[in-house]
Amino acid sequence: MKGILKLAYKLLVNDRAKFTALLVGITFAVFLMMFVTSMFMGVLNHSSSTVINIGASIWVMDPAVQTIANTIGMPDYVLDAVRSMRGVKYAVPFYSGGALVKLPDGTYQAVTVIGLDDTSLFGRPELIQGKIEDIYGENAFIVVRDAEFSKLENPHIGSELELNDHRGVIVGIASVSTSGLFGIPTLYTTYERAIQYIPNPRYTISYVLVEPKSPADTQQIKQQVAALGYLALTKDEFMRRAAKFYTYQTGMGTNILIMTVISFIVGLSISAQTFYTFILENLERFGALKAIGTRSLELVGMILFQAAFTALTGYGLGVGLCTVLIFLARQRLPSYAAMLTYTNLLLAFVMVLIITAISSYVGIRRVLQIEPFDIFRG
Amino acid sequence: MPTLAIQAKGLTKWFGEGSAKTTALRDVHLDTSFGEMVYIVGPSGSGKTTLLSVLSGILKPNSGSVSVEGVDIWNLTADQLADFRLHKIGFVFQDFHLFPRLNTAENVAIPLILRKNDWDESIHEASKYLEIVGLKGREHLPPVKLSGGEQQRVAIARAMIGQPDILIMDEPTASLDGDTGQSILKFVHDKILNSNRCIVVVTHDNRIYEFATRILNMEDGRLTGTEERAA
Repeated sequence: MKGILKLAYKLLVNDRAKFTALLVGITFAVFLMMFVTSMFMGVLNHSSSTVINIGASIWVMDPAVQTIANTIGMPDYVLDAVRSMRGVKYAVPFYSGGALVKLPDGTYQAVTVIGLDDTSLFGRPELIQGKIEDIYGENAFIVVRDAEFSKLENPHIGSELELNDHRGVIVGIASVSTSGLFGIPTLYTTYERAIQYIPNPRYTISYVLVEPKSPADTQQIKQQVAALGYLALTKDEFMRRAAKFYTYQTGMGTNILIMTVISFIVGLSISAQTFYTFILENLERFGALKAIGTRSLELVGMILFQAAFTALTGYGLGVGLCTVLIFLARQRLPSYAAMLTYTNLLLAFVMVLIITAISSYVGIRRVLQIEPFDIFRG
Repeated sequence: MPTLAIQAKGLTKWFGEGSAKTTALRDVHLDTSFGEMVYIVGPSGSGKTTLLSVLSGILKPNSGSVSVEGVDIWNLTADQLADFRLHKIGFVFQDFHLFPRLNTAENVAIPLILRKNDWDESIHEASKYLEIVGLKGREHLPPVKLSGGEQQRVAIARAMIGQPDILIMDEPTASLDGDTGQSILKFVHDKILNSNRCIVVVTHDNRIYEFATRILNMEDGRLTGTEERAA
């Protein structure tokens, strides 16, 4: 069979124009699929940036909360109640909200303000300048150096800013693993200062961050929180909840699906059409092979090999192209929201397999239909 | 007494049904022996190609039997028949049917590759056969770079590389000029025909009749006459 496959390989690759057209079609389709789904995965990942950066095991929230961005305040007793629950090692309040910063040039810039528990500073970012204890200083804020940092006119330690008519001072510059989705800078401060600076409704706790005594306690904590009328989610569950919201409630998922289907159709059209033309042009020779003594199964094997070889090469090129483009984009925009995951690699691979199957099915049918007698008959 | 190579009995073949029914073979009986170069001649539409296809295990007759070297080929399964053709029969097609994307040596090596022989050994063997047909040094050229006569020689080398007992040639001179056609058939007669091989040629080119050991006339699906020749 090795020699027959080599024969199939040479027949395919030596027809450079068709082979190139096939590769371009599949590469382009894979690239589009990968790129669109990578952007989607990146957006979903960035949409849960705070959840990732804070790193709490369990998040307690109002059941109506869908994403970290749309918080619903909870009364203080929730914090007390959670702290007294079985299996809880510790629980701290957490604030996340939006504010307006007045810049030195008089313009305004929206920011996300994160208020960390005053006692523990649980979820504090990694500082690249300054000391974390300075966050307790008067009007102290820590600014995150990410892609949005420049929107605050590149502040440094000691820079002053006006936040909701309050004076603020930058005491540290931090880095976080994941940037936010909405293109606005992030400031960290203490919980108490956050609720003091930002006008709030009656209830101020955005989330209660919980650390269980052991992972096995997670379930019973969730049950106890549910009995209280609130919702407790693990980090992954919260991220999935946000992803689900963006996918199904915002139309983003539908758009991505449409783009993916279009990529699939484009890839399928180009490769199936080109492959079929390739088969048609070689139909008489396949007939001659049949006459000489090639078994039908061997012909099927040759065509499947040709289709699979093209598909896998195109898949590799498409993935490579996508990776290079994301890499280049990240050189310019460090927080560029696109990420390759095993899920979108698998999705593109499955689509390539479907394209291969359909393309080769059409070819196989045609080749199996040809009678060697037709070769004699001309 | 020469050994029988092909024995056909009562071959009938028709195409279509009802008013569209066309009978291509009508009760054809035929024996060929090793060492023979048998020509099947006749006007267009007389059933020559159909007979050739039935004899070579490519087209199943509606009735009758074909025995090649004592094997009733139409009782074989499809895969057995494919293997039988691969090992026992060599084909030279009217339009050569060489693969334009393969070089000359690769084209010739195809039957050995289909027999699952090693690729490099098959190519090496193909080079030997190209030398036999007078195309030494053309191994790496694509068929399109060769003349019609040279392409026919490549097709013959491909048919012969598996050393088949039966060689089937369909209109071998149809795409060639008179001189080239004659030289090709002379080559086949002188170099390829031997006492262990039977060659069946379908043609209506009377310029190559001189190489036949026997000429069978066909008309309207029937063998109408035999002419023995001392080629």
